[in-house]
Amino acid sequence: MITVKNLRKKYGSKVVLKGINLNVEKGECVVIIGPSGCGKSTLLRCINGIEKVTSGKVIFEDKDINNPKVDINKIREKMGMVFQQFNLFPHLTVKENIVLAPIKLKLMSKEDANKKALELLELIDLKDKVDMYPSQLSGGQKQRIAIARSLIMNPDVMLFDEPTSALDPEMVDEVSNLMKDLAKQGMTMIVVTHEMSFVKECATRVIFMENGNIIEEGTVKEIFENPKSDRLKEFLSKVK
Amino acid sequence: MEVLFNVWGEIVKFFQSIWDNFYQTIIYDNRYLYILEGLFNTLIIALFAVIIGIVIGVLIALIRNNYDRNNKFKLLNKISTLYVNIIRGTPQILQLMIIYYIIFKSVDINIVIVGIIAFGINSGAYVSEIIRAGIESIDNGQIEAGYSLGLNYSKVMRYIILPQAIKNILPALGNEFITLLKDTSVGAYIGIVELTKASDIIASRTYDYFFPLIIVAIIYLILTIGLSKLISMMERKLSNDYC
Repeated sequence: MITVKNLRKKYGSKVVLKGINLNVEKGECVVIIGPSGCGKSTLLRCINGIEKVTSGKVIFEDKDINNPKVDINKIREKMGMVFQQFNLFPHLTVKENIVLAPIKLKLMSKEDANKKALELLELIDLKDKVDMYPSQLSGGQKQRIAIARSLIMNPDVMLFDEPTSALDPEMVDEVSNLMKDLAKQGMTMIVVTHEMSFVKECATRVIFMENGNIIEEGTVKEIFENPKSDRLKEFLSKVK
Repeated sequence: MEVLFNVWGEIVKFFQSIWDNFYQTIIYDNRYLYILEGLFNTLIIALFAVIIGIVIGVLIALIRNNYDRNNKFKLLNKISTLYVNIIRGTPQILQLMIIYYIIFKSVDINIVIVGIIAFGINSGAYVSEIIRAGIESIDNGQIEAGYSLGLNYSKVMRYIILPQAIKNILPALGNEFITLLKDTSVGAYIGIVELTKASDIIASRTYDYFFPLIIVAIIYLILTIGLSKLISMMERKLSNDYC
């Protein structure tokens, strides 16, 4: 579904990604772990084209997303993204946040979008917040709504960029549980996270990155119980 | 008793002379009609110049922001930058004279329309800078979130960034509109009969400046105070919605 080929990314003279190769199949839940500043988030942002790649390719459903002839906006409709800082639209209510894209992109009628939004809010247990503004919500609620906002687009894949890192500890679980539900329903996911309970429970594959490179890759068991590289051993000893 | 009577007489005389003065300068010969005409022209010029200013301002701000962000509209961006620099770098009175005496030299055009065009073009440059600053004040994550939902640049701007930017820049915009309203008085220089010119016309007939100038000053004050009230009402309404 997603193929990353020899992806390199430079900011000025600073090389952030040094030739990443990655293949994600439908239904996989790929989790990327690694110390901060290793390029995890940049990789995710290159996959949905928010960052332009320096060289290499990102292929999504047989389309090269950096090809100028490909409509990147059409691709992003099918590629949900959840941010560390939620990025809800503060001037819109919860419902308006969720229905904005499907209505403005004419993918749904207003009635259908509103109905779908209520269904999603029911699913994430926030139906009572439908007419509130984001400033009236807690971090965990905001992040769940941000997830609902992506889900209404019926994405083929969801990208999560440290979705629980900006949350108070007691709110991590509500977001983490929602993500677990999604993974169990077979949603294709690429997740950058430090939330190890999620990794152990849901990851079909774990990727350890450091310094712009993929150092190690394997199942949860392989990575956590039998780490090969010293760097990964060191990292795991710190996050446990 | 006689002293009191004299004092009373003086007071009456004093008010009588003020009234005479007022009558001579404002009412006699329907002179107040100049003030009404001036008020009308000031309002018309300010209103339409604000509209032109907003249209130009939004357009230029979007062109320049689109260039900064996506490297698009290279030529248009150059032209926009040049326009802003020229307008901000030359006196408004000079711009007005250039437009009237050079550009519309051989065109038969209503002078009020010349004023609207000149003030609108001038305001557009300042408004564009205000809006550009407003757009840049919005967190980049908002744009990224919009993009990630499949919205393109113009939809992100229209539905996500501009509504938030406008809220942030409302005080600065209000300031600009109040300045514009007062600056229409520069139009007197090319002979537009707006408020200031109206008072000048009356004063030049009667050689008495007191009432014409004071009355017009009061009218300006009422207009600008009203305008700033209106803007703070809008600010309050927008901030009630969220945050």
